[in-house]
Amino acid sequence: MNGRLVLSVVAAAVALALPLVLPLFQVTLLVNILIFAVVAVGLVLLTGIVGLTSFGQAAFMGVSAYTTALLTTQAGWNPWLALPAGLALTGLVAWLLGLLTLRMQGHYLPLATIAWGMSLYYVFGNTPALGGFTGLTNIPPLAAFGMNLTSPRAFAYLALLALGLTALGAQFLLSSRTGRAMRALRSGPLVAEAFGVNAFRLRVQVFVLAALMAGLAGWLYAHSQRFVNPTPFSLQAGIEYLFMAVVGGSGYVWGALLGSGLITGLREWLRGVLPELLGAQGNFEVIVFGVLVILTLQFARRGLWPLLERVLPQAPLRLLPERNRLPARQKPVPGTPLLTVEHAVKQFGGLRAVNDVSFELRAGEILGLIGPNGAGKSTLFNLVTGVNPATSGRVTFMGRDITRLTAGQIHRLGLSRTFQHVHLLPELSLLENAMMGGYARGRAGLLASLLHLERREEAALQHEALRQLERVGLEEQAHILAGNLPLGQQRVLEVARALVADPALLLLDEPAAGLRYGEKGELAALLRRLRDEGVTVLLVEHDMDLVMGLVDRLVVMNYGEKLAEGTPSEIRAHPAVREAYLGADVSGEEVA
Amino acid sequence: MDIFDPAIFPVLAADGLTNGAVYALLALALVLVFAVTRVVFIPQGELVVFGTLTLAALQLGRVPGTLWLLLGLLALAAVLEAATQVRRGQAGRGLLTLAGAAGVGGVVWALTTWAAPLGWPLWAQALLTLALVTPLGPLLYRTVYQPLRDATVLVLLIASVALHLALTGLALVFFGPEGSRTPPFAPGTQTLGQVTLSNQSLLVILLSAGLMLGLFFFFGRTMAGKALRATAVNRLGARLVGISPASAGLLTFTLAALIGAVGGMMIGPSVALNYDSGFLIGLKGFIGAIIGGLVSYPLAAAGALLVGLIESFASFSLSAWKEVIVFTLILPVLLWRSLTTRHVPEDEE
Amino acid sequence: MTAQLAGTPLLEVRGLHTRYGRVEALGGVSLEVPAEHIVSVIGANGAGKTTLLNSVMGILTPAAGEVFYAGEPLRGVPPEARVARGITLVPERRELFASMTVADNLQLGAYTRRRGGWRSDLDGVYARFPRLAERRRQLAGTLSGGEQQMLAIGRALMARPRLLLLDEPSLGLAPLIVRDILRIVQGLREEGVTVLLVEQNARASLAISDEGYVLETGRVRLSGPAHELARDEALGASYLGGEGRAQGA
Repeated sequence: MNGRLVLSVVAAAVALALPLVLPLFQVTLLVNILIFAVVAVGLVLLTGIVGLTSFGQAAFMGVSAYTTALLTTQAGWNPWLALPAGLALTGLVAWLLGLLTLRMQGHYLPLATIAWGMSLYYVFGNTPALGGFTGLTNIPPLAAFGMNLTSPRAFAYLALLALGLTALGAQFLLSSRTGRAMRALRSGPLVAEAFGVNAFRLRVQVFVLAALMAGLAGWLYAHSQRFVNPTPFSLQAGIEYLFMAVVGGSGYVWGALLGSGLITGLREWLRGVLPELLGAQGNFEVIVFGVLVILTLQFARRGLWPLLERVLPQAPLRLLPERNRLPARQKPVPGTPLLTVEHAVKQFGGLRAVNDVSFELRAGEILGLIGPNGAGKSTLFNLVTGVNPATSGRVTFMGRDITRLTAGQIHRLGLSRTFQHVHLLPELSLLENAMMGGYARGRAGLLASLLHLERREEAALQHEALRQLERVGLEEQAHILAGNLPLGQQRVLEVARALVADPALLLLDEPAAGLRYGEKGELAALLRRLRDEGVTVLLVEHDMDLVMGLVDRLVVMNYGEKLAEGTPSEIRAHPAVREAYLGADVSGEEVA
Repeated sequence: MDIFDPAIFPVLAADGLTNGAVYALLALALVLVFAVTRVVFIPQGELVVFGTLTLAALQLGRVPGTLWLLLGLLALAAVLEAATQVRRGQAGRGLLTLAGAAGVGGVVWALTTWAAPLGWPLWAQALLTLALVTPLGPLLYRTVYQPLRDATVLVLLIASVALHLALTGLALVFFGPEGSRTPPFAPGTQTLGQVTLSNQSLLVILLSAGLMLGLFFFFGRTMAGKALRATAVNRLGARLVGISPASAGLLTFTLAALIGAVGGMMIGPSVALNYDSGFLIGLKGFIGAIIGGLVSYPLAAAGALLVGLIESFASFSLSAWKEVIVFTLILPVLLWRSLTTRHVPEDEE
Repeated sequence: MTAQLAGTPLLEVRGLHTRYGRVEALGGVSLEVPAEHIVSVIGANGAGKTTLLNSVMGILTPAAGEVFYAGEPLRGVPPEARVARGITLVPERRELFASMTVADNLQLGAYTRRRGGWRSDLDGVYARFPRLAERRRQLAGTLSGGEQQMLAIGRALMARPRLLLLDEPSLGLAPLIVRDILRIVQGLREEGVTVLLVEQNARASLAISDEGYVLETGRVRLSGPAHELARDEALGASYLGGEGRAQGA
């Protein structure tokens, strides 16, 4: 048994014992900590993993809490039936808000949630049917196994169960295909979309999921307090949930519990101490919270959990038994046209970055795309990969017109790429990074990932990723973190990740940039091996040593136009190319 | 009576314009701060409240708690700055910084505690209020945001919200829970045809317009103003001509705090403000700023004026729902922005 | 212009190492720029030329090594303070204020010179670049590539630099414009400005330089008087790969 598991068992045992041994007052506090932690787990997924945030989680709690309060007191519903109703309403609101804001830059969502949290508070307070600012009372207790959960001790077990399931679901999600895609979103949509993730849809899904967790907490809260009023669902409460995630450690599921415990406990203590100290009544604890969060951001931006995590034993990633292989792609016949660019033009304002460029790439060959800095190579690359489509002209891939397709659609047709600036998930292992490349070969969605119903597919992905790591010579390091690799191997890992997609065409964007001599040699050897295995490659590169010894043909660009095309020896002898690289020979002229 | 009644409409419109003018100033400050420092400055509204409540405290002959906040932040900023200087091997300069801060702090303390009970005329107290509230801007920048200068917009936003909460709590400590109004700078009314306007409203509208013109001049004509614009347009380019991002940040926050303090004293006579009113006021400026996409100054100002008008008409016909209406307004605005903002993929070299 | 102490270069770079995270972009670069010389640093893309200039300017912090300017170490001095000391960088991406006018861009170039005198310098820049004078009211972002490069150089001159760092001024420009710009750089030396010029366009830049350094993968491969370097066979190999590598090393 590993250390991590022992620790989990001990923690679970302590958690189960606490409601029985603590004094009643502290059990009530414990119930609140557990309920609030459920909200904070949602924020961990949203903020720490995906890089978005919301100040409106308390308002989502409110929607669900008021739904259950209304349905159970006015319509006589069973509380267990009111839960799905509350969740449905919460999810609907979140979905609408997400649709409105998530296409824009990241700061619009939090601003929208501030406004929404603010309005909802007034809606609760001003609606007579919801009891106005006094709220609704006499909410029935929850009943389970034939008994009413009126005592905090009994309720604590329900809250423990809810938090346990939420946290487990979050952990499951993070160690899944969808979870990896969520992490990839953090640095922006570019990488995620290059592997077929629909960034917008996934963001909306995670936002709704976080809201549903808040909804679950709201339902629990309503039935543990047995009355609701607007205050616990105000914007300020929403802000405090975010503080819990930030202080606890927004990148870690258990950071949510740590933060909830810290903030809730601190509030309880400060509410006793501060009014006495200041000689007045009021919410003075917010001063301490505000300062605490600012200090956390300044000195421990990832929160407090990582400090703890460092001393905890780590759980190794478990390899699942492979039961079936992922279906392989039908590869094009060598020698047939695979990628055709016809009269491509890209206009930025008055500048033609790519001007009437045409070339063809046939299956099985390695084509190099070179040119001096600013020649338009990157723009051409973006237009082939769907990052930034052409102004005019036509791009055909695998017999389909891809000129207007998105990066994800083109990827699914069989184009897989690496990045000029390495884009890996440094906090994940090499294996998990490589698995990201197979995103488009799996189909398990958020729900299946949350429940780990996708283990068969996950196993197939794991083994495919292992095979590709072996292919590039990184199998020994499969379980170390990608962030610990030197750059040369990070680039090789990107190649492995691209190969996991089983591509018909591999696009390499300056794979040698920033590498040392030795590393370049290793990269060249790998690319040569891949060439011999029949992989089709389009290589954009500056390093002539690498390019000349590797490619079958070269396309040279200068000033956005195609300058020359031919074999390496033809290109080397080409006078226009020499001039483009070395500059016009002005030494004979009088320049002064 | 409906709002289009000729006896009601102009009054509501004037009210809306008066508050809208203040929101417009706040919206300008928010756009400016965001453009130069990437900080979504949620606590802008707290500076308004500090403006009103500081003046109200002086009116009552009390020493405003703002003084203690100012002195505390000054001490903290001086220590941070001195520590940086010592680390750079300029120990002498570090000592000078500490001594200078102590001197300035001493003077401000002596002046405020001496002047507070004297019952100075309103304009002099207003100047003292400006002197107490405006420095909060650069001091907050130095202590809260400058250490986070390499952080993402999201982290800066969370820091802003944290600062907002801390300032709200401090306002409660300093000024208590009761709301306060400040006296109008221009009592009396003007009658223009059928419409009666208070002189204070006219003053607010004129002063806002004047401040906006002043800002327009500052950004269009002066080197310092152009330097701020340059920093907003291209941070690296600005450094390459010698503009330090820190000094641009300090100047921006000074302007933001100045606008907040002035706004607080302008809005004080028409609305009773208490320690936690700032957030609502700041948010209304925000809606204006968001209408301007956090980049366009004229759109932000126009949007904020619109918010003021909507709020005024809503408060007449649906007073309990006025906040809901104002904040729900953000949804169609966001929808509009979402549909008009072109999705720009991030730059890959 | 104060005369430099005999034998002390205006800029001296000693054993500079600069990294991006784990990537070492400069692996111990040393070079000297004597006062009132033009020194070229040439090399293929990715050789570390831009990193070198950014390290000299202080935009990047070197992991090891030291930069001396007029005999004084620059460690810990932020870029904006280096401008005030007389070092100005014309960056590869020009970094103009796109939504401001040409005149405003130039005026901001004199930001560190609060004591005035910038108006006469403005006339000087307009005299040097008549195209900019014609377009003084136009927004910088609407200029053509060549005009933007002129504006970037003009803005840098407004700071009255002693040491001008030029990062690929020929980038993306047509050969005729490149020649104009290099001619202007050559003229600056006559006015007492010291220039460190980074170029991919090796022949053109060596033609106007006094000394040259060839950078390859973050290290100096070759160095010497510019006219000797220009004739070196190894230079071509360093760019186009293949033969001649052995002589270059």
